[in-house]
Amino acid sequence: MKAAVIVFPGSNCDRDLTVALEMVGFEVSKIWHKDSELEKGIDLVAIPGGFSFGDYLRVGAIAANSPICKSIISHGERGGYIVGICNGFQILTETGLLPGALLRNSGLKYICKTVALKVETTDSVFTQKYSLSNVIKIPIAHHDGNYNANVNDIEKMKDQDLIAFRYCDNPNGSIEDIAGVLSSNRRVLGMMPHPERAFEKAHGNSDGMIFFKGLVEAFATT
Amino acid sequence: MKARIKIMLKNGVLDPQGEAIKHALNNIGFESVTGVRQGKVIELDIEGSDKSQVRSQIENMCNKMLANTVIENFEIELL
Repeated sequence: MKAAVIVFPGSNCDRDLTVALEMVGFEVSKIWHKDSELEKGIDLVAIPGGFSFGDYLRVGAIAANSPICKSIISHGERGGYIVGICNGFQILTETGLLPGALLRNSGLKYICKTVALKVETTDSVFTQKYSLSNVIKIPIAHHDGNYNANVNDIEKMKDQDLIAFRYCDNPNGSIEDIAGVLSSNRRVLGMMPHPERAFEKAHGNSDGMIFFKGLVEAFATT
Repeated sequence: MKARIKIMLKNGVLDPQGEAIKHALNNIGFESVTGVRQGKVIELDIEGSDKSQVRSQIENMCNKMLANTVIENFEIELL
């Protein structure tokens, strides 16, 4: 099982994500944003959190136009698996692989705390090991996590069960309390919370481990 | 040629920064302000003399990167 963790100038969760993926058994290569090709045989592309390009212009906008993103978009379009966490989620919406956009938090403050999330679907490799309506605790750390999408996209997400996680107590003004969404083919996930920061006992909370265990199980059996 | 691009959040998209500015203005005595929207202005120096060609190039830039048309509108002004 091979995963690629994409590194932009300003990424700061790339190491945490790499450690988490390696601990569950992925062979991880870190890919610099100026590379234009992903290695062959990559099962999962993981876009980490951080502040790529200093959040200049709009969060994720410049990263979404960097050379590696063309390959990431093709990977997604041919049905490849992609997960974007925090800044990674923002980048995925900017590439168009996921609908909507992330705006400034409604309270205008940067928020860094552990929040309760409700698992809204178990029909994806990312969430399959959770139980439906499970409440899990995962840290958030963002200034621009206020998810916004047009009415049609929201209706489609509800009809097709594409909302992966909702906040139990909405911290940032996201529409429909959305914390994470899936693409229509259920193979691309974007989420603001950081499962890689709640991964082992030393973190004080290992609710995020189930996320990675689900991933590794999905790829081990395919 | 110089061009100026004005980018604003679409109507209906909540603008928390605009709201905060409105509250601050109200608090320092400008109670007549009932709404604030904050956007951004980008100025470009761009080669080319055919205005319609330059304009369509800038539209392309806006759609590809400078604006996010999911949440933002843009206006182009050639100077």
